[in-house]
Amino acid sequence: MPGLVWFVTRRLAAALIVMLALSLAVYLIFYAIPADPAHLACGKPCTPDRLEQARHFMQLDQSTLQQYLNFLKGIVAGRTFGDGAAAVQCNAPCFGYSFPLARPVTTLIFDRLPVTASIALGAAVLWLVLGVSLGVIAALNRGRLADRLAIGVALLGVSTPSFLLGLLAILVVGLCLHLVPLSGDVPLTESPVDWAWHLITPWIVLAILSAASYIRLTRSQMLEELNLDYITTARAKGAGEARVVLTHGLRGVLVPVITLFGLDLGALLGGAILTEKVFSMQGLGDLLITAVGQLDVAVVVGVTLFSAFLIILANLVVDIVHGVLDPRVSHG
Amino acid sequence: MSSSVAGTVSPTRQAMRRFRRDRSARIGLVLVTLLIVIAAAAPLLVRLAGQDATTYHIDLLDPARGNAPRGPVGGASGTHWFGVEPLTGRDLFAITVLGLRTSLFIAVVVTLITTVVGTLAGISAAYFGGWYDAVLSRLLDFLFGFPQLVFMIALGIVVPARFPRWLLLILVLSLFGWAGLARLIRNQARSLVAREFVEAARSVGSSGWMVITRELLPNLIGPVLVVATLAIPGYIGAEAALSFLGVGVPPPTPSLGRSISDSIAWVYTGADPWFLLFPGTMLFFAVLGFTLLGDGVRDAFDVRLRRTS
Repeated sequence: MPGLVWFVTRRLAAALIVMLALSLAVYLIFYAIPADPAHLACGKPCTPDRLEQARHFMQLDQSTLQQYLNFLKGIVAGRTFGDGAAAVQCNAPCFGYSFPLARPVTTLIFDRLPVTASIALGAAVLWLVLGVSLGVIAALNRGRLADRLAIGVALLGVSTPSFLLGLLAILVVGLCLHLVPLSGDVPLTESPVDWAWHLITPWIVLAILSAASYIRLTRSQMLEELNLDYITTARAKGAGEARVVLTHGLRGVLVPVITLFGLDLGALLGGAILTEKVFSMQGLGDLLITAVGQLDVAVVVGVTLFSAFLIILANLVVDIVHGVLDPRVSHG
Repeated sequence: MSSSVAGTVSPTRQAMRRFRRDRSARIGLVLVTLLIVIAAAAPLLVRLAGQDATTYHIDLLDPARGNAPRGPVGGASGTHWFGVEPLTGRDLFAITVLGLRTSLFIAVVVTLITTVVGTLAGISAAYFGGWYDAVLSRLLDFLFGFPQLVFMIALGIVVPARFPRWLLLILVLSLFGWAGLARLIRNQARSLVAREFVEAARSVGSSGWMVITRELLPNLIGPVLVVATLAIPGYIGAEAALSFLGVGVPPPTPSLGRSISDSIAWVYTGADPWFLLFPGTMLFFAVLGFTLLGDGVRDAFDVRLRRTS
């Protein structure tokens, strides 16, 4: 156990350093933007006086490094723009303030996050279950119909871009069969059933796609695992086939699957962003794309860093689960 | 194949033999050849059809149906082979084949860049080791978990509008693309570095560059080829995805992803699903063809592509 605690602490420290380095890099890149946010905010006619006022209010008159430090401070302790009656409060964790939208970026993100997160989490659960179980079935029926079907599904999944599959699903399931609602979203808190019903097509679409590589990985890993000595030993000792496959074989499969899942977290977010556009849902992707169009740097930086932090955190969790499942990782 | 034969035939020759016997690989090769010919000859094909991708044909649209094309199959006819685009009446055949050209061009260029950079980075990390290897490995870990799509969309705000978008697309896709190959090559090269022939080359005084190019590289051609072929469909998909989100190749350059994005409204209302089906099918075949080919090359070279280290 102390080994594990040490392992978790080390990973936590590493994640924190990566976050800091990343935020600095992102900040420097995005504050090299040619358009001046103060210029966009100061309105018309934009006198030099008013421009200077706007710069001061938005704290753009400070050095880039100072601005970055303000940004970091905002995440931890919140920050205030301007003073007196006109002051704008941005509470911790403050990922910046969007002057064009007159809202803190954190609020904007949390307004949109449920949509993107619902798509991503549901799809991830579905694809892990689907990928691993189809992979196991394929491995156990090597060369037979079920194997060929699973490999076919995997190939189709790998070859179809998610947005294409999504639109085809709308065409077939929604328009021709009238089975599910075509677009929009219902908050989970309002009606869990409606929520899931609206999300079922996006989940399946995104899951089929990503399940493909998991089917392939699970299949090959399972085949390899079932040939190992300890499986033969387990069988010789009279363990039932189900027990051999599910408890012994699957354990060896899970570690590489989790490693792959950790690498796919970024892709999961990307997939969710594409899917939300296909199904006309207003999630993080929509927020980001609109902000890019309107040159709203605060939102762009906020969303980019927020999603990067989210991925780093999720990776940390995956790493720790990995360490618990496979003790070699944490001791190595 | 008996083992005595295998002993006398070079690994590359063996791989070619295995490839020829693989049916889905052959299908992939035919598809890819066909796609490359279509893409390369796209301007010629479009002229042959007597069309271009920019002329509006308003007369072919039906104002009563929200300017969807008149006639079945999206207005397909002898002059407009794939029908016309709704709302503008531009020739869909021209848009589709020129869009394929855009996709393949970007995907192939990115694959070339990432293959060269990834191979060099991977081999050098394995050969030199030490802190260089450690830093590179961390960087790769980081690139893997990074929300790439978010960053690619966000970059649009920094890069000035006059900077050509296709070049930006190539640079951004390359920036994230080399990591996978570098990781794989590093792991494969590390097991080679410990082998006797590398030791022998070093002991007779070969320079690092000589060992890398003469000893290590020839032994890594298989994996490099496999990853490069399998990477192309990924880039085709990524380019289409970015164009689909409206941050890829800007109009009027035809792009499959943008056409598919434009088709969303017509799919929802059911007014003109053909607007999705023609560019969509083309994109599907492009990705499928290169995936089949890549799988075939992988099986032929018998390379284990474990993304985990």
